[in-house]
Amino acid sequence: MSSPLGVYRPGTSVLHRLPVGAKLLGLVVACTAVVVTHGPPAALVALGCAVVLALVARIPLATTARSLRLLLVIALVGGAFQWWSSGASRALETLLDVVTLGLLGLCLTVTTASGDLIDAFVRWLEPFRRFGVDPDRVALTISLTISSLPETHALALETRDAARARGLRSARAYLTPFVIRVVARAHETGAALQARGIGD
Amino acid sequence: MPLIRLEQAGVTVPDTGRVILAPTSLTLTEHRVAVIGGNGSGKSTFARLLNGLVLPTTGRVLVDDLDVARHGAAVRRKVAFSFTDPSAQLVMPTCVEDVELSLRRTVRDRATRRAQAVDVLERFGLAGREDQSVHTLSGGQRQLLALAGVLATDPEVLVADEPTTLLDLRNTRSVGELLLGLPQQLVLVTHDLDLAVRCDRGIVVADGAVAFDGPAAAAVDSYVASVAR
Repeated sequence: MSSPLGVYRPGTSVLHRLPVGAKLLGLVVACTAVVVTHGPPAALVALGCAVVLALVARIPLATTARSLRLLLVIALVGGAFQWWSSGASRALETLLDVVTLGLLGLCLTVTTASGDLIDAFVRWLEPFRRFGVDPDRVALTISLTISSLPETHALALETRDAARARGLRSARAYLTPFVIRVVARAHETGAALQARGIGD
Repeated sequence: MPLIRLEQAGVTVPDTGRVILAPTSLTLTEHRVAVIGGNGSGKSTFARLLNGLVLPTTGRVLVDDLDVARHGAAVRRKVAFSFTDPSAQLVMPTCVEDVELSLRRTVRDRATRRAQAVDVLERFGLAGREDQSVHTLSGGQRQLLALAGVLATDPEVLVADEPTTLLDLRNTRSVGELLLGLPQQLVLVTHDLDLAVRCDRGIVVADGAVAFDGPAAAAVDSYVASVAR
C-alpha cells in the first residue's frame, strides 16, 4: 500500500513527545523560511536540517522513499520548467525546496497520531464556535481528506489493472470508470458516516 | 429491545415511478431476523429503511414510536448499520482511531476514549492491533474492525448488509458466530443460507416485495424452491 502521506508510527523520539501545537507551529515557520530564502546554498542547508529531523524522528528510509516518490516526480517536472524559464540555479532551488517541504510534512505526520492532530484542531477552533464554526465537523473533514488519498490511489491502480486486463489502452477506458468509482466511493463513505451518526 | 415497525413503507423512484420496494407492513420483534433474496431484489433498500439511510416514499418506519424520517439522528443512535465492504466505512488511518471516532460524541476525555476503544478492539479479536494501519488488515479483520466501530457505542439493534459476502470460509464463520452471539437485536441481510437458517425469523424479498415471512428454516426452503423453479 503506497500513499503520498506518511502514516503515523508510534515512537518515543523528541518529535513524538513534542506537543502538536509546537510541531505545527514549527512546520509553518520552517516552511515559510524555506520559501522566503533564496539561492541553492540556503535550500541545501534547509534540506540538511530536514534530513536531520527525519533522522531524529527515525522515519524508516523505505517510508520516506515511498511517500516522497510522487512528490519527487512533481518536483522534477517543476524543476525542468524552471530550468527552461529561469535558469539552472532557480531550478535547483525549486527542486530542493519541494523535497525539503515534503520531508518536513512527513516528519509531522509520521510522529503525530491523526487523532491528536484532530483534537488539536478542535481545541483551536473552539473560540470560533460562536461564529457558526463546528470544530468537530472541520476536524472530520480534514481526517477524511487525509484518508481518502490512499483509498483513491488504490482505486486508481485497480481501475488501471482492469483496463489493462481487457487490453484497453485509451485514457477514456481508464478515466471514466475511475471517476465514477471515486464518486461512488464518496457516496458509500457518506452513507457509512451517516449510519454511524457522525456529523449528526 | 426496541420495536421496529413498518407501516405500508415503500420506496419508489420519483422520476420513473419504478418500485424498489412495494408498501410493506411488518413488525420486527425477534432477536435475530434474516433477510434473504436475489441480487437487486430490494433487500438492501429494506435494510436501509430501518435506520433512515433510505427514507420511505410512502408509509412510514417507526423505531420505538420514533418516525425515522423525522428523528433520523436519534434512530441511528439506536440502530447501527454495517456495510458489505468495510473499506467504505473505515475512515481513520489506524484501528484504534477508527473506533475512537465512534466514541467521540459520547466520551469527551481523550484518555478514557482511547482506553474504551482499546477494550472494544480486544472484544472483537483485534487486541494488539491498535496502531496498525487499517489498509494493512486482512479482509476478515477489516470487517471485524468495521463491526467494532459501529458496535462501540452500544446500539440496541445492528442491521448488517451482507457482512460475510467478501469473506473466506474461516472469516465467514468467525464473523457469523460473532453476529449471532451479539446481545443486540440483529437484522442480517445475507446470501449465506447456513447463517440465515440459524436466525429466529426469515424474510424473503423478491422483486421488490416480501415474498415469504416466517420461521428462518421455512424462509430458506421457500427461497431455495423459488430459485429451483
